[in-house]
Amino acid sequence: MSTVSDKVALKGCEFLLKESTWLDAYGPEDFNEEQLMIQSMVREFNEQEVHTRREKLEKLEEGLNEMLLEKMGELGLLGSHMPEQYGGMDLDFNTNSIIAEEMGTTGGFSVSYNAHTGIGMLPILYFGTEEQKSTYLPKLLTGEWKASYCLTEPNSGSDALAAKTKAILSEDGSHYVLNGQKMWISNAGFANIFTVFAQVDGDKFTGFILDKDMPGLTLGAEEKKLGIKASSTRQVFLENVKVPVENVLGEIGNGHLIAFNVLNTGRYKLGASCLGGYKKLVEVSAKYANERHQFKVPISSFGAIQHKLGEQTIQTYVSESAIYRVSNLINEKIKELKAAGKSNAEAKLEAAEEYALECSIIKIVGSEVLDYVVDEAVQIHGGMGYSEENPVAQAFRDARINRIFEGTNEINRMLMVNVLMKRAMKGQLDLMTPVMAIQSELMNGTSASDTDYGTYADEKEAIKGFKKCLLLVVGAAAQDVMSGKLNLKEEQEILTNLSNVITQIFMAESVLIRTEKIKERGQHKVDFEVYESAMKTYFHQSRFVIHQNAVEAVMAFANDSMVGGLLKSVAAFSKYRVKDVKTLRRTVAASVIKEEAYCL
Amino acid sequence: MNLLVCISKTPETTAKIGFTDGDSKFNEEGVQFIMNPYDEWYALVRAIELKESVGGKVVAINVGPASNDVVIRKALAIGADEAVRINAQPQSAMTTAKYIADYAKEGNFDIVFLGKETIDYNGSEVGSMLAEYLDLPFFSYASKLEMDGSKAIITRDVEGGQETAEYTGSFVLSAAKGLAEQRIPNMRGIMMAKRKPLNVIEPTITEDLSVVVKYELPEAKSGVKMLDADDMDELVRLLHEEAKVI
Ligand SMILES: Cc1cc2nc3c(=O)[nH]c(=O)nc-3n(C[C@H](O)[C@H](O)[C@H](O)COP(=O)(O)OP(=O)(O)OC[C@H]3O[C@@H](n4cnc5c(N)ncnc54)[C@H](O)[C@@H]3O)c2cc1C
Repeated sequence: MSTVSDKVALKGCEFLLKESTWLDAYGPEDFNEEQLMIQSMVREFNEQEVHTRREKLEKLEEGLNEMLLEKMGELGLLGSHMPEQYGGMDLDFNTNSIIAEEMGTTGGFSVSYNAHTGIGMLPILYFGTEEQKSTYLPKLLTGEWKASYCLTEPNSGSDALAAKTKAILSEDGSHYVLNGQKMWISNAGFANIFTVFAQVDGDKFTGFILDKDMPGLTLGAEEKKLGIKASSTRQVFLENVKVPVENVLGEIGNGHLIAFNVLNTGRYKLGASCLGGYKKLVEVSAKYANERHQFKVPISSFGAIQHKLGEQTIQTYVSESAIYRVSNLINEKIKELKAAGKSNAEAKLEAAEEYALECSIIKIVGSEVLDYVVDEAVQIHGGMGYSEENPVAQAFRDARINRIFEGTNEINRMLMVNVLMKRAMKGQLDLMTPVMAIQSELMNGTSASDTDYGTYADEKEAIKGFKKCLLLVVGAAAQDVMSGKLNLKEEQEILTNLSNVITQIFMAESVLIRTEKIKERGQHKVDFEVYESAMKTYFHQSRFVIHQNAVEAVMAFANDSMVGGLLKSVAAFSKYRVKDVKTLRRTVAASVIKEEAYCL
Repeated sequence: MNLLVCISKTPETTAKIGFTDGDSKFNEEGVQFIMNPYDEWYALVRAIELKESVGGKVVAINVGPASNDVVIRKALAIGADEAVRINAQPQSAMTTAKYIADYAKEGNFDIVFLGKETIDYNGSEVGSMLAEYLDLPFFSYASKLEMDGSKAIITRDVEGGQETAEYTGSFVLSAAKGLAEQRIPNMRGIMMAKRKPLNVIEPTITEDLSVVVKYELPEAKSGVKMLDADDMDELVRLLHEEAKVI
């Protein structure tokens, strides 16, 4: 299955500096028989048990989330990512991505599932003592106990470390007394276990494991939410809750490590879960567009609708390529770390940390493509899409949360550039050499290289240019930072522009290498032309997105003497021969209209 | 108990159906296959339940090419102990029944299960032919099967009601809805499936007695026609000439 094992896998952020080839690509066409069987098993479970209860779930009918989680436990789905010693299956990361994707079709229930198996369990696996792990994990894996994670407070959301909940050690040193208020806690309504963050001695941010029967722990009413109504979200009040010292999670003052580290995997999984949601929406959109007639023809015969179906599919294909690429990077890294003697938990934690920037990309892309696809799905349905009788309306409401939790997309955009800069400063990533190479290339006026790229020369050349474009702007900004002219941290608009360029590069490269792989291995399910058309349309768009963001960034910081030269170089590097994207999109649309499903 | 379950592969229910070779052959290209639901949900699961309650062994059997192994392994994932694939392209109910019978004769099976029909060809023939070849009684369309010691109590769906029969000894049974409830394979089952035996055997020689010469799809329905509410003459004409209902 894996062809990259004897190659050194790309490190985090390194895609910006190194070339990847089709041998590095990974996608659903590479799933093995077991993975496909697991995929169809999760599908069967969702169809039989979850989708059939949609209306009851939406009403948050009592006991339903719990029952479904327990059934998933019986099937082994709650511990698919956990070590065998606690009753898990310890399946590889790629297989767990498949499960996350499938669960993404279940609306609010997927939040219950994700909160339980992600932020609910992982802190204990990563940071728990052996005793804590063997007390909690086996019961969480079977679903007998349900978990929640309490970080956010009324006055601290994005600024999570500013939490005010206090923990004070009792005089005899046997327990901590917790006081405070947590907000927006998923699964709170039925959770047995609450991982709570509080400040010890006022400033030592620390994690604690609480259980629901501890006196003083009470719950607020269910929040009245815009979407994911099937998910329980409540406030958690802590009034003189006595928590034994054995229930401290990790070390005193190390709560930030727990809080931030579980988020990397969480962000990746959120993206993968969104993918499952929008793949289904492509199908629903295509079916409706074929069924619905206006002006005596199916609306799928209209160019405006084909544009939507085409674009929905292209965005899905491209993001799928990026999502499974990251999945496989993490997968390979975990294997590598385990082979080097790391424990299961350490390997997973470190691998996700390595790809923190890529995980942020996936979180942003997954949630934003979902919002695009679901919005157009409603539009294709016209008035029917606005009716609560139709699941598309629910999907529209459910989608929106994904840009907010697991770190808002704004926070993730800032974080992405932050990770890149930090690694460069620490010398983990050599940004300066390529930046200088570009500067000297520009000074010496070297023209386009005569590298023989083989297949997809235009796209490969374009990717090279896109990367240069980013490095050029980052290099120029870094110079201004060093000379004290620019305080980049305070210029979030510029950071946003840079993160958009980084994201676009990752996506374009991912779809390029995957498309070439599919071609090389003959893995296409529909005419290969469809894949190629999707890729080319995306490159055409990328050129403009990258150009626009780079120009905006340059205009925001460059002084008069620099700006002209920078803009010229930006234009030279954000190049790709424009395409007749109308025709390309129609080619893609034709295949979804025929198959009535996402078919790439 | 020693139980044999015949499983077959059918196109997934939403697959687009087309034909090749002058409409005499089903076009498999691009079609996703699943285990025939009557075989999987009812026959196989009931066999596994019996084994779980009284002990024994469940063997799943399929007549088909190597590409069917995926479907066969699903039966192993759900809980069959071992599987046999008779390496032949299924031609007709008769050859399929003969191949299976030739295998089953040697196996000393207490019950041979199969689904009441496949959801593609809806032949409902293999069961009775198999019983004939094996010289065993055949209970078709069974919606309930209980064991009372060595006695089997079988409830069959008959037109407008039910019929209950008792039998002691080996028999062939075709499963209808109600015999069991669908089981989703669990993760452990899926991981174990690869480790269970899947034996491939060559078919015995059998000559077919009939061949399919042609398949036809139902005619595509035309769209709804909207008429002016006052235009009675046109309505009558259309009902008469196009819909041919009056
Ligand atoms: C349905 C739901 C379920 C949730 N489940 C959980 C859970 O189980 N456990 C848990 O602990 N939390 C949970 N949360 C909380 C969630 O993680 C937070 O809502 C989220 O982190 C944002 O915090 P906030 O709501 O306080 O928004 P704020 O932080 O107030 O943000 C408001 C806006 O300001 C922007 N902003 C904030 N800071 C910056 C900055 N530095 N730079 C630029 N822009 C900024 C944000 O991007 C956003 O657009 C849940 C929330 C919801 C709605």
